[in-house]
Amino acid sequence: MSAPVVQASGLSRVYEVGGGLFGKPQEIRALSEVSFAIPRGKTLAVVGESGCGKSTLARVVTMIEPPSAGSFAIDGTEVTPDRWDGLRDAVQIVFQDPYGSLNPRQRISAILGEPLKINRKGMSRADREAKVREVMGLVGLRPEFYDRYPHMFSGGQRQRIAVARALMLEPKVLVLDEPVSALDLSVQSQILNLLLELQDRLGLTYLFISHDLSVVRHVCDEIMVMYLGRAVETGTKDQVFDSPRHPYTLALLSATPVADPARRKERIKLTGELPSPLNIPSGCAFAARCWKARDRCRAERPELEGDGHKAACFFPEGG
Amino acid sequence: MSVAAARQSPLGEFWYYFRENRGAVIGLYIFAVFVFVALFAPLLAPYDPTQQFRQSTLLPPAWAVGGDWAFPLGTDPLGRDMLSRLIHGARYSFFVGIVVVVVAASGGILIGLIAGFAPKWLDTLIMRLMDVILAFPSLLLALVLVAILGPSLTNAMIAIALVLQPHYVRLTRASVMSERTRDYVVSSRVAGAKLPRLMFITVLPNCLAPIIVQAALSFSTAILDAAALGFLGMGAQPPTPEWGTMLAEAREFILRAWWVVTFPGVAILVTVLAINLMGDGLRDALDPKLKRS
Repeated sequence: MSAPVVQASGLSRVYEVGGGLFGKPQEIRALSEVSFAIPRGKTLAVVGESGCGKSTLARVVTMIEPPSAGSFAIDGTEVTPDRWDGLRDAVQIVFQDPYGSLNPRQRISAILGEPLKINRKGMSRADREAKVREVMGLVGLRPEFYDRYPHMFSGGQRQRIAVARALMLEPKVLVLDEPVSALDLSVQSQILNLLLELQDRLGLTYLFISHDLSVVRHVCDEIMVMYLGRAVETGTKDQVFDSPRHPYTLALLSATPVADPARRKERIKLTGELPSPLNIPSGCAFAARCWKARDRCRAERPELEGDGHKAACFFPEGG
Repeated sequence: MSVAAARQSPLGEFWYYFRENRGAVIGLYIFAVFVFVALFAPLLAPYDPTQQFRQSTLLPPAWAVGGDWAFPLGTDPLGRDMLSRLIHGARYSFFVGIVVVVVAASGGILIGLIAGFAPKWLDTLIMRLMDVILAFPSLLLALVLVAILGPSLTNAMIAIALVLQPHYVRLTRASVMSERTRDYVVSSRVAGAKLPRLMFITVLPNCLAPIIVQAALSFSTAILDAAALGFLGMGAQPPTPEWGTMLAEAREFILRAWWVVTFPGVAILVTVLAINLMGDGLRDALDPKLKRS
């Protein structure tokens, strides 16, 4: 296994909200001390329910916002805001909603050409067009789409355009922020297969954000399960799917539909709501909804522990 | 929306919706005539607008008793041909409309873009300043500005442009605020776009629809305000054949010679009405919220 392309340690992101002229602003801890490493050519899936900090993680890794604490490096280069411009080539993002992520007033040629125009100042117009057409071929877009506007395309085609745009700068890392959850099921598999094929061909590293475990099972190598801004379990795909250790992971897995009517489902129903990130409980964040919670869970916070397959729980499953 | 309309170009789609509003189409035709008259005034007008025919002062329109077909709409107290003056007046009104809209819109869009992207304190500063300008009755503020700058058509245009500008600032800022958190803007930032590029190339084209409507409607406001300033003696100065100024000159003859006040008044009314109708149609066609899908 080669050196990791993305190495993050202790990434945190805090937002301040409210606080008018006199009020003290409140802190939202959207992301707390998340660490991970993704080897070249592999996929790390980040799963969790809405509001668990998945998208914040994506925004930090794609250099849209700086982390409040912690650090991460891409291909050995430490990422700091003053180096953002030089590192734009390395990380690109594909968004969830293909209807919002393409500028409705620009032609496909302009949308795809923009990253080149900004980052490859010396590139001639003809070279740019050649490159755009090459990448369009790569993602399976027909050449005649070159001069069309986004509103002429279906969701799946738009997502292909979004992937093409992300690939224009030949990045090493692609952050996929729920890339298929806005698409029809049949189109989902097309896009997923395209992404897998591109990974194979271009040696891309993916940070795949999703809440759909059946999709995650299909594409990822490693999984990080997040709950309220923290990683609660990390491990390889097989480890996490076959022998989940954190009760939250277990609950998530039990909620995934299985296409086998004969199989009896034992679904774990969680009660209660995700606690507000404005007011994070002192102990384990999951304690309020956990059926195994003891007094210790409410008093102190379990750290992510284990060898390879880590879980943040005092009473993990299977041992 | 029919399938045919959905497949058409943006311009074709625009016309599809615009055509639905008959008032707007009529307004568009009248506006086209107005533009034509303004552009070719010297060719269309029978006489020079300042030429005085001393033998035939205050002649009634041709169809009235005592009228002369040499002067179809009659003459004013100095014996100048009303028709020629009205035709040349269209030029001034058109000129005022264009200049005011261009100045107010370009300034307003720029300030609005800055306010939309600026940090909170600068945004607040700009918007409160605009609120102050909006708090004045517009004509009064224009009047004060002209009084300071001195009465002339140019100064009147500057004053009206200043008064109309805050509307553009507000409109632009509101659109920018709703657009700039969209994914395509974030995606541009991830691609490395800097602020000027984000402002003018990424966001601005997506904010233009309401601004175009505002431009059309403020075109008529500008004409109306310029005429009002002219009527109050603060706009174009005699002998300029500006419609408002013509009204002011003819004020004392209202009872004796109805045509000297009626025709400039009707000219202002028809022009402003046509442009407003057209602006309404533009809004129907450009506002996505009013579209039936």
